[in-house]
Amino acid sequence: MSTGVFIAGSGVITAIGNNIAECLSAFEKEEAGMAGITYLETIHRDTIPVAEVKLSNQQLAAISGLPSQSSRTTLLSSVAAKEALDNAGIKNISSLRTGFISANTVGGMDKTEKFFTDFLSAPSKGRLREVINHECGSVTELVARHLGIHHYVSTISTACSSSANAIAFGARLIKHNVLDVVVAGGTDALTKFTLNGFNTLMILDRQFCKPFDEERMGLNLGEGAGYLVLVSDKVAASLQNTLSVKLSGYQNANDAYHQTASSPDGTGSFLAMTGALARSGLQPSDIDYINLHGTGTQNNDLAEGTAIKRLFTAPYPKMSSTKSYTGHTLGASGGIEAVLSVLSIKHGIVYPNLRFKTPMLDLDFIPQTSFLKNQQIQHVLSNSFGFGGNCTSLIFSKL
Amino acid sequence: MKIYIQATAAISPQNTFAQVPFLTEPVAYTGNRLQTIEPDYKNFIDVKLLRRMSRIIKMGVATASACLQEAGETNPGAIITGTTYGCLEDTGIFLTEIIQRNEEMPPPTAFIQSTHNTVGAQVALMLKCHNYNNTFVHNGFSFESALLDAVLLLKDKEADTILVGSVDELTDNSYTVLNRLGLYKRKGISNLDLFATHSKGTLAGEGAAFFLLTTKYAPAVYAQLNGMATFYEQVDIKDIEQQILLFLKEHHSNLQDIDIVITGKNGDAGEDEIYDQLKQSVFVENRLIQFKHLCGEYPTATSFALWMAATILKTGEVPAITGSQEVQKHTPKKILIYNHYQNKYHSLLLVSSC
Repeated sequence: MSTGVFIAGSGVITAIGNNIAECLSAFEKEEAGMAGITYLETIHRDTIPVAEVKLSNQQLAAISGLPSQSSRTTLLSSVAAKEALDNAGIKNISSLRTGFISANTVGGMDKTEKFFTDFLSAPSKGRLREVINHECGSVTELVARHLGIHHYVSTISTACSSSANAIAFGARLIKHNVLDVVVAGGTDALTKFTLNGFNTLMILDRQFCKPFDEERMGLNLGEGAGYLVLVSDKVAASLQNTLSVKLSGYQNANDAYHQTASSPDGTGSFLAMTGALARSGLQPSDIDYINLHGTGTQNNDLAEGTAIKRLFTAPYPKMSSTKSYTGHTLGASGGIEAVLSVLSIKHGIVYPNLRFKTPMLDLDFIPQTSFLKNQQIQHVLSNSFGFGGNCTSLIFSKL
Repeated sequence: MKIYIQATAAISPQNTFAQVPFLTEPVAYTGNRLQTIEPDYKNFIDVKLLRRMSRIIKMGVATASACLQEAGETNPGAIITGTTYGCLEDTGIFLTEIIQRNEEMPPPTAFIQSTHNTVGAQVALMLKCHNYNNTFVHNGFSFESALLDAVLLLKDKEADTILVGSVDELTDNSYTVLNRLGLYKRKGISNLDLFATHSKGTLAGEGAAFFLLTTKYAPAVYAQLNGMATFYEQVDIKDIEQQILLFLKEHHSNLQDIDIVITGKNGDAGEDEIYDQLKQSVFVENRLIQFKHLCGEYPTATSFALWMAATILKTGEVPAITGSQEVQKHTPKKILIYNHYQNKYHSLLLVSSC
């Protein structure tokens, strides 16, 4: 059994940057990634703002080395996972028991949408190559092969908490000595399917989202990918880089309230945060920063905020929703926000919650509104909550 | 730590659900598509909920409920589901609406229920179960990943009872696409003659199977789950043989101890070569039985095999239809399941009577 799970590397791609350095710079400059729709073909192009990654599939393919016909989910995944692996600098990856555990919710849906349009006209129509990698697992496999990971692969799909669950599962495989190294996180591309889905639920803000604001009007969808390289203590000791962050806590719990809505008292989020704290042996007062799930919907922010109010007492830790920059990247959000949590500790920074104006009436705290540097960040809590009441909290700690 | 299968339930293209004789009256199909025999769901799911549920959700939730009912469990320590394709019917409905209405406000219900974790979530909702809930969607390893997660949670003592299972549905659309991809036999045959033919392709299948795993022994348990292993993208028969021997060794077992081997033979001449070769090598002395002529081929079919193994160990009966040519000398005590899906996802499960 490994005594700990250490973070050896991280990689990210979002609407605010194609790698860690670009994302960090955008955070500091307070540049949000939302804009009108450029790449996704949809009738909502001029009416619904989204946070698209600012690269075409051709450009993503050129960076990643994968064919441009790959699904966008696959392309995004490979860019971020590659950065994470390069960043970790593990030389002998093929001689170690390495796994790739990646989450997503849409799989190759962007390609399936094209296929299905033709298929609907006649069952013999539609190019099979556009549907052959539809499954969520196929996205993981294509990227694993591209990265040279063959030992273990798995895919999790629990809506918006998917990649937080992938990280927790990866950590447990290391703890149990099943694997030595795990690249864990998730990816999701914008698709017509999800854009229209969330649109019919009437939870998309027509302006840039305002998480944890009394005047919040819903979420903005985003896309991207984020991965951590998790390693056992044995591998950690063999690396040249000195590691500075570990995963100290994780917990999944279910709200068991409604298929899409969160319970008013945030039962699931409360249980996830409480469980993660218990596992890490920390008290709420030990947490320096909370990376909120903070989608910007009425329902989520109230449930999450209420759960935080139940668990924490003033002075509250600093907190913010980085979705105010990246949009809600669904199955990728837990992975992206885990990377941001690790970077918060490594660089001593706290990200602002953009566009915050009016405190929520039900809460006695407000999010962080300006970028902070030179902070002593010891422990960060990252929340990810999804459809089906699926709630996961991760805690990262400085070594 | 020992892990037991306390209860199990399956909805499949055979009569397997609720209190029915154990595969004594096999259901024959002609063509290349086997579809689940669905029970009267009202006994397992609230009628109000039923109306909104798609077929996969009904199948999954009813199977999970029946499994829990058998064990008398109302609050399992975790709910873990494997599904390769997820809620395909709802996905197809919503996609069709988007295309046909040109994105002008398609109705949201199908979208809401298209999420891959809907079955696990609905079970949690029904039970008001706040415990760990996860869904694995990794192609031919979806069920195996879920099972591994369950085993690790039990070993961690995070839970002492876990509901784990898999569910996959075949829709008209997915059947058409997979058929076009050449997965299934071109000529219609009877599923019960599947292994008598030697041709390309298999039969399309679907189904749900759930298990209540526990670390607490009780005389009513079905079997002990001794161990599981997966290996990925193996192509060489020697590697497969080695993995099987290594797996048995790791679980302090050997081929002489194995009373029955359940193989994932699916009738595809190419894919069955592996099983045929193993029959000549490592399994030469073993009694081999089959299951995919009963449930069809699908990426989470291993769960049907585990349901069958557990039921054999509990009842002591080996259904004739599973293809065992040998006269049973003694009650089977130890069963090895070896399945591969498309020679890419290989899994081994070892179960024994208690």
